[in-house]
Amino acid sequence: MKLTLRIWRQRDAKSAGKFVTYSLDNISPNCSFLEMLDILNEQLIQKNEEPVVFDHDCREGICGMCSLYINGRPHGPDDAVTACQLHMRKFKDGDTIVIEPWRARPFPVIRDLMVDRSAFDKIIQEGGYISVNTGGAAEANNILAGKENSELAMDAAACIGCGACVAACKNASAMLFVSAKISQFALLPQGQIEAKQRVKKMVKMMDELGFGNCTNTYACEAECPKLISRSNIARMNREFICAKVI
Amino acid sequence: MAEINSKIPKGPLTSKWTHYKDHQNLVNPSNKRKLDIIIVGTGLAGSAAAASLGEMGFNVKIFCYQDSPRRAHSIAAQGGINAAKNYPNDGDSIYRLFYDTIKGGDYRAREANVYRLAEVSNNIIDQCVAQGVPFAREYGGSLENRSFGGAQVSRTFFARGQTGQQLLLGSYGALSRQIKLGTVKLYDRHEMMDVVLIDGKARGIIARDLITGKLERHFGHAVVVATGGYGNVFYLSTNAMGSNTSAIWQIFKKGAYFANPCFTQIHPTCIPVHGDYQSKLTLMSESLRNDGRIWVPKKKEDAEAHRHGKLKANDIPEEDRDYFLERRYPAFGNLVPRDVASRAAKERCDAGFGVGPTGLAVFLDFRESIGRLGKHVIEERYGNLFQMYEKIVDENPYANPMMIYPAVHYTMGGTWVDYELQTTVTGLFAAGEANFSDHGANRLGASALMQGLADGYFVLPYTVQNYLAGEIRVARMSTDKAEFVEAEKVVQARLEKLMAIKGNKSVDHFHKELGKIMWEFVGMARNEAGLKSAIELIRKLRAEFWKDVKIPGIINELNVELEKANRVADFLELGELLAYDALNRNESCGGHFREEYQTEEGECKRNDEDYKYVAAWEYKSEGEFILHKEPLDYEEIEVKQRVYK
Repeated sequence: MKLTLRIWRQRDAKSAGKFVTYSLDNISPNCSFLEMLDILNEQLIQKNEEPVVFDHDCREGICGMCSLYINGRPHGPDDAVTACQLHMRKFKDGDTIVIEPWRARPFPVIRDLMVDRSAFDKIIQEGGYISVNTGGAAEANNILAGKENSELAMDAAACIGCGACVAACKNASAMLFVSAKISQFALLPQGQIEAKQRVKKMVKMMDELGFGNCTNTYACEAECPKLISRSNIARMNREFICAKVI
Repeated sequence: MAEINSKIPKGPLTSKWTHYKDHQNLVNPSNKRKLDIIIVGTGLAGSAAAASLGEMGFNVKIFCYQDSPRRAHSIAAQGGINAAKNYPNDGDSIYRLFYDTIKGGDYRAREANVYRLAEVSNNIIDQCVAQGVPFAREYGGSLENRSFGGAQVSRTFFARGQTGQQLLLGSYGALSRQIKLGTVKLYDRHEMMDVVLIDGKARGIIARDLITGKLERHFGHAVVVATGGYGNVFYLSTNAMGSNTSAIWQIFKKGAYFANPCFTQIHPTCIPVHGDYQSKLTLMSESLRNDGRIWVPKKKEDAEAHRHGKLKANDIPEEDRDYFLERRYPAFGNLVPRDVASRAAKERCDAGFGVGPTGLAVFLDFRESIGRLGKHVIEERYGNLFQMYEKIVDENPYANPMMIYPAVHYTMGGTWVDYELQTTVTGLFAAGEANFSDHGANRLGASALMQGLADGYFVLPYTVQNYLAGEIRVARMSTDKAEFVEAEKVVQARLEKLMAIKGNKSVDHFHKELGKIMWEFVGMARNEAGLKSAIELIRKLRAEFWKDVKIPGIINELNVELEKANRVADFLELGELLAYDALNRNESCGGHFREEYQTEEGECKRNDEDYKYVAAWEYKSEGEFILHKEPLDYEEIEVKQRVYK
């Protein structure tokens, strides 16, 4: 395949960025999107140019590190995959591909396509856990959890924290991410004791960090590589209201 | 130099750990606050240890190269975690889990460590359930189990095909809670460059801030390395792109012995290699072997026709299929341990029965189980894995059998540690895949998660405290001390040396070349001549690397190529030690298969008389290593040939 790439290059958060155009030839359709970028970088290095910086690690769709906005969509044109699992067969020979970083104020650009997502860690630190110390946990089967709710909790817990939901949202809202964690614990008996505190603190931090509100466009759900459902947002809203009112 | 003393507590096997805990030294709460612990790596072992030690009141600093602790590669583990709960009432027990693990490791692991692992396995499940890990449940609400390779009981707990993710998010949650409470300080996008020794004890590390490129000095009364395995020495593996050996290689050079480097695991069920641009291999969980049947065509002409795209798998009639694992190993069938399954697949492909475009693949077929259980059951059990397969291969695995081939997955070898997980350097500990301790020559499925969490939650919190009890009089040290300054200088010099080469070939070029040598000569089957030539080739490649590697950019800022170069430089040294160890071990056992040593049926032929020991290597100088032997004494278990027939 022959491709034209328009890639966002930016020195750091303070510098202005711009699109730079590159051409690539002889790309196999079976190559993954990141392997295509590897090939580009190899060529740039040979030409004494600086390679394009992008985050990636596991390359099997689970670590959540890759974060490319491809042709106007987080993780690109294929559904239910991260950029590392996107393959070039989803593009056509001769295509122009535009590659940008996540664009959201709480995710400042570090360089090129690499952004700082530590805001997500900060939200989790507010209460994205059950406060239990190591040792002394009760026998596991003393806590029974219904299969149906456990499955729903697992659906929510499958979130990989990549930030595609924020990148997709015109408000840069993190509500799909936050609600996935809230839901996981709201659906399990272990999560009940701290439920009120958890939702209040996590939502407060989410707001403080500058993530926007939800205006129900559901772009987050449409672009989520792990198919996290928007019904989690509804569940979080209910949890939040209960925590405030009751 | 350090002596080998595994410090195994006296007394009967079943009470050693209890005895240790009853008699260990403790630190009182006011002293805990004055003691600093550095932990490198945020996978299951690192994050669990950091959270637990933070909860206890120690001051912890934790480091990871990723942008968040939640991204450590433990997250990619799919199938499950073992524990001896015996919920299915199928005859499991702590002893049986212990026995299976020792046998699975081909009698090359330490009895006392493995027994402790089996003992704490049940606590891990309790802990994770309390944390809200969404394990699979039965309709009555109790926990569900499934079977895994190398066992005849169902003892594996799982969260769909994302067990590693869910366990890691559990420990990441516990870690996050401590970060919020201020007992743990997180340094993300930081890489450990070296350990700092003062008066023979580990007292800190030199780390590089990967964003600014600046070197930093960090003090700790103790240092824990939990940086995972070294499978990326093969370039293509199921590891993450950033997984590296640098932390355990640097401590090796500072006196921490490296044990059994040749014990590497080739996982049987991975998606086959498809092109030279490929950057990594994707695992298909071992759990698939519960319901999938592995086969190749019985007739060579069928295999050949499939390779050329002239025959589809589904068109090969039942009587022309060779379910070679079921044929060779009727007792365990498709659930034989990984080393056995991998070699059997390689044997069929080498004999000309391999399928797929390259002929290096075998089928993993779900037709029968879909017929028996229905598609929805298979989808519920393995949905995400089937989706992953389809995205990568562009073929529907519900309709056509998967094609799989073995790939490098896990490394049983690693930093030598004693019963307390302490290395041969005082005050320096190694945990999880980074150490060598529990899996012998082959790891059973669903045991890596168990070991990572055992080390992190239930071993280190005791043993590190025991060590620190002797350090309460040591005040926090200034990082302006000469040892810190000197260590930083050495790191800086190495980085400058790398940057000054200004050669012609990229870092990836060297990494790929190294991978080819390793896979060809030090991979699934090894022999004396091949290993000797591997050592020569690696030396040559290393020399070429230090003359001709090309790294763009500058030192004191974000420089991804420099990060990679630093890691590959260490792989180029480790590869040699790995081949050296494989050459020394004149026997076949577990994942280490020497062609010269096999039975008439092609199974591993161990040599217990000469090699029933842990090979602990000491670093002398580049390419020069001294062997220390830790004999393995089996008191509880009778050592015999591993039979899965």
